[in-house]
Amino acid sequence: MLAHNTKGGSRSEGRLLSLILLIAITLTLAPVLRLFVEGVTEDDQFSLGLMRNVLTEDATRRALVHSLITAGFGTLVSVFIGATFAFLVALTDLRAKAALVFCLMIPMMIPPQITALSWTQIMGPSSVLLKTLGMAPPLGAPQPLYSPGGIILLLGVQHTSIIFLTLRAGLRAIPQETVEAARISGAKGLRVWWQIIVPLCLPSLAAGIAITFVTALGNFGIPAMLGIPAGYATLPTLIYQKLAGLGTSVLAEVAVLAMLIGCVAICGILAQRFFQSRHRVHLVGSTSRPLAIPLGRARLPIEVALWSIVAMILILPMLGLLATSLVPAYGVGLRLDTITLSSWHEALFRQPATSRAFINSFSLSMGAALVLVAICLPLAWLMERNPTRLGQVFDSLVDLPYALPGVVLAIAMILLLINLPFTDATLYGTIWIIFLAYLARFMAIMFRPVQASIRQLDPAMNEAAQSVGASLFQRLRSIILPLTAPSAAAGAILVFLTAFNELTVSALLWSSGTETLGVLIFNLDDSGETVMASALAMTIVMVVMALMGVIQLSARHLPKGVVPWQT
Amino acid sequence: MADISLTSVEKHFDGIPALHAISADIQDGEFIALLGPSGCGKSTLLRLLAGFEMPTAGTIRIGSTEMANAQTGRSVAPEARNIGFVFQSYALWPHMTVRRNVCYPLEVRGLPKAELIRQTDAALQATGLQQLAGRMPSELSGGQRQRVALARCLVSDPDAVLLDEPLANLDVALRASMQEVFTDFHSRTGATMVYVTHDQTEAMAMADRIAVMSEGRIVQFDTPETLYTQPRSRFVADFVGEGTVLPIHDVRHAGTQSQAQLYGAQITIQTDAQRPNLICLRPENIRITETGNLRSEVKRSTYLGGRYRLTLQLPNGMPLIAESQQRYAAGTQLGVSIDAPWAFAEA
Repeated sequence: MLAHNTKGGSRSEGRLLSLILLIAITLTLAPVLRLFVEGVTEDDQFSLGLMRNVLTEDATRRALVHSLITAGFGTLVSVFIGATFAFLVALTDLRAKAALVFCLMIPMMIPPQITALSWTQIMGPSSVLLKTLGMAPPLGAPQPLYSPGGIILLLGVQHTSIIFLTLRAGLRAIPQETVEAARISGAKGLRVWWQIIVPLCLPSLAAGIAITFVTALGNFGIPAMLGIPAGYATLPTLIYQKLAGLGTSVLAEVAVLAMLIGCVAICGILAQRFFQSRHRVHLVGSTSRPLAIPLGRARLPIEVALWSIVAMILILPMLGLLATSLVPAYGVGLRLDTITLSSWHEALFRQPATSRAFINSFSLSMGAALVLVAICLPLAWLMERNPTRLGQVFDSLVDLPYALPGVVLAIAMILLLINLPFTDATLYGTIWIIFLAYLARFMAIMFRPVQASIRQLDPAMNEAAQSVGASLFQRLRSIILPLTAPSAAAGAILVFLTAFNELTVSALLWSSGTETLGVLIFNLDDSGETVMASALAMTIVMVVMALMGVIQLSARHLPKGVVPWQT
Repeated sequence: MADISLTSVEKHFDGIPALHAISADIQDGEFIALLGPSGCGKSTLLRLLAGFEMPTAGTIRIGSTEMANAQTGRSVAPEARNIGFVFQSYALWPHMTVRRNVCYPLEVRGLPKAELIRQTDAALQATGLQQLAGRMPSELSGGQRQRVALARCLVSDPDAVLLDEPLANLDVALRASMQEVFTDFHSRTGATMVYVTHDQTEAMAMADRIAVMSEGRIVQFDTPETLYTQPRSRFVADFVGEGTVLPIHDVRHAGTQSQAQLYGAQITIQTDAQRPNLICLRPENIRITETGNLRSEVKRSTYLGGRYRLTLQLPNGMPLIAESQQRYAAGTQLGVSIDAPWAFAEA
């Protein structure tokens, strides 16, 4: 007989849960709280003076208006493209839907600074592609993308997939019976669409719009690459310029700016949650068969039109990027005799900065993915088994560091770690501050898929192991880990992908020696090394597409809800 | 092996009581069935024994160890209780082979390799699974999965085996043969077994004693025979063996004989109560005779194979279930006599 131990199973689980929850909450929420405290204090006293000063500045007001304009109109562009695609893909009998969906997802996974770089390569006087085709505008003509319109267009393209995904998920939840009932009642064609389908999917569309707006608001790469040359500052780029120009002396000031953008973002997040909960209430019923309204003779023209749009927003910019990366110097046209791989060679093998950035980004992303697996797997499992008040709080707030604009988290991290409590040490300027920021920012990406797969796990799996005498760690290792491994792996790849491409957080946290790939592309382009930046960007795009392909191919082995573009 | 004792065990979920003051003693080696309709708390009681839930009040003892005590907050973890648990869903680990599923309990105990192989083989042999040892759970049929679950709980020689509706997912033919597997398993190992079911024939066929549960209480805890012949409440009379419960009046005791009035007719009853007010009529208590002192009308005859079940109606509209060798057309008037039914008192 086994020696009876007096420790309760639920008690040892409770202790482990408290410990991991403590780590997770410290990581995700402490920075945000610290930021808030900074905004409302002056010399360790409660004061709103600083806040008043910063908020009444002209530059602040201008940047806020610019942010709202670009994010707002950018969201409109996303809605226009994303909703068109979602309605057609989800409701009709289009062919090759999977390929279309995959292509639409790529803009979301390509980092914004690369999107901006690639689009500037197909427009303006020095575009290698246009030069080669003999269509380039004369030298001295302005780059049309260096304008509010350019920012709006690219923000729209970048976030099309968010609208597409949320709306398509909503459309898929509409039971076919509701549409059939409308048809039997005599409704036809667009009338069914307008009177039945649109009202039913409105909550999910609204939720998608809210989250797209928040994401566009926090975008740094696009307004930085397009707006800074045009002298058009949004809140994130204003924060970046202040901090880059004046250093940590303006920390308190940028903290107020970060709070401002954070507040706007939180309004958006609350709106999104409100619409999401409405959506859940009113759609019930069998959804076994997806809708497939026949398009008839219009099918081929519509397919051609959709694929042309994909070609325009995805393939054309990539071709521009590729063309630029293959010329010996910026401004030279691409011809058979000028084609060269020298910038690829230079970027990948010669430049010490690039290899350092590769190593930094790789170790940061890998480390973040591994540590997050180690935290999220036991955490999600223990939270499922021992529902506590603290766990619920964490569950509702874990998305915050990811949903909040990256600059907000970055500023919060600087405030939190610039002076470590009880010591003179600082993490600011080391790679660790970026690492901790990544852990906080990407925890939700890891946590949600693992949580989804653990919720689908039969609790008897664990209880069976418990009843035969397996201890907490034996169960975690031999039952829970193998059963949730596919989702954890998919989550880890997503974390890796996102972190590998990340710019916003590291742009504010890097220092010489700790630059990431995102920062490096931004710096190379900023200093005129556009050809090398393009070569580096192309490499990253290929890594991203390869990893997305891996997830896509293994999608059928993963539980529902793990792959973000397969809802 | 061990006996089990429950003292005033209560369980509340979010303040709503699921079990009320359960006290019961289970002998070493007994086969107990917990029988009741769904939602009566039988599975909750089983999960308390296993340690998956903690009682809100009362104590649970298995063998000489106090497993849970709500007062002191003591609770032995499920993994330290040395019990076996067979789940309704079987709960086989889908990423392990049959052999690995079965030997896992020995692995976690850190048994030496040779001993581990020997005991695993023995368990596989006892359940007839040697041929399937290399398969994955997804490649097995329902009955085979059930046997793997049984082998897994047998391999570690548990003090008690708890079974949560283990046959609910099987078809009728397989249920009968699995019932034999369980009774064989019980007589061979002599393990104390607690078996949850909502199917009274299953409980009757296997259990030494049955605890009938209703709304979080054990309403009667007796042998199957006693439950059938001497129910102590309307609920047990109705739930076990579909008895008809009718009211009686003017009970008179004369020596060992007791008499009562049923709708104006004088009948002999069996009882141990002073003032019984209800009788439980089983088909064997009802005889169809021309001289019967109650008149009834046949409402329906149902052929059961070899005999008929007659649904009768008394003149005052009360239904009565009888059995007969012979079919009667609906509307036939029959005389029935009531033969010493069990009478009990219930408010």
